[in-house]
Amino acid sequence: MEILQNNIVLLALTFGVFYASRQFQKWTGWIVLNPILVTIAVLILFLQLTGISYGTYHQAGQYIDFLLKPAIVALGVPLYRNLKRIRQQLLPIFLSQLAGCIAGIVSVVAIAKLMGASSAVIISLAPKSVTTPIAMEICKATGGIPSLTAAIVVCVGLFGAVFGFKVLEVWHIRNPYSQGLSIGTASHAVGTSRAMEKSETHGAYASLGLILNGVLTSVLTPLILDLLI
Amino acid sequence: MIRQCLIIFGCLAFGELVVWLTGITIPSSIIGMLLLTLLLQTKIIKEKWVKSVSDFLISNLGFFFVPPGVALMLYFDVIKAEFLPIVAATVASTIIVLIVTGWTHQIFKSNGDTTE
Repeated sequence: MEILQNNIVLLALTFGVFYASRQFQKWTGWIVLNPILVTIAVLILFLQLTGISYGTYHQAGQYIDFLLKPAIVALGVPLYRNLKRIRQQLLPIFLSQLAGCIAGIVSVVAIAKLMGASSAVIISLAPKSVTTPIAMEICKATGGIPSLTAAIVVCVGLFGAVFGFKVLEVWHIRNPYSQGLSIGTASHAVGTSRAMEKSETHGAYASLGLILNGVLTSVLTPLILDLLI
Repeated sequence: MIRQCLIIFGCLAFGELVVWLTGITIPSSIIGMLLLTLLLQTKIIKEKWVKSVSDFLISNLGFFFVPPGVALMLYFDVIKAEFLPIVAATVASTIIVLIVTGWTHQIFKSNGDTTE
């Protein structure tokens, strides 16, 4: 079965599983069947059943995650497109991003610490609200476990996409601008794709929240971790 | 295509350089992203010069983190040992972020709402 350890075969498998899970999600319409999560689960199962080590898989996978950093740089384009929108509402957007960002980092660190989590886990949880590539970079820079962060971030996104709008309704946050911004801030790209289904305004504000919180979290996480740990 | 990659990787390289020189804990990619925004805003770079590569990268953002996610298999024991704090802190904190962001935006938006 050595052919299964071939880089090209493993890459083809990764593309194939992702494509199949995306089609499956479209077909069922279930948000919970997030293709990223399903692909990760299927690949882990495959590796465990075949006894292929993560190190071997990483030989192939590194070609994909190499593109994470350039992809974050590319987010500068939608940020530029939204600059006008930001300038029109500079104060409300900036203050809500700052409040949401600090509340998110402080609360997750404080709760995890009170419940006795180890410091490696606490550090890995801190950037949980922002999109995975950014969160993993922050995690690497602060000394956490990047792949643990990746998994938690996907779960946070799923939670926001499935329950986010219900939480906002219950708390009387009803205008589309605030709703979109909150969903993007709390649950990044997965939440944003849900917001885009709701309306274009929701989607635009959600992507704004996703990017701005990514920037703020990368600046504030090291500072807050220094204070709290 | 070459020009598109040059711009994206050039911005990223600048970010790497800043991190290397200053030892700052901000990801190099975030610095690169802000530089790209600045270059677009100041019209030094035209949006169409980066559009197709950046659209490609952004629309496949999710896929790129499949391999790092697979590394999770190395940490099953950590997750099992600290399952409860991880889940409780994550869920509670996500709800807190939604409410704090939404409320703050709603309060300040209604006070200074002249644009919409």
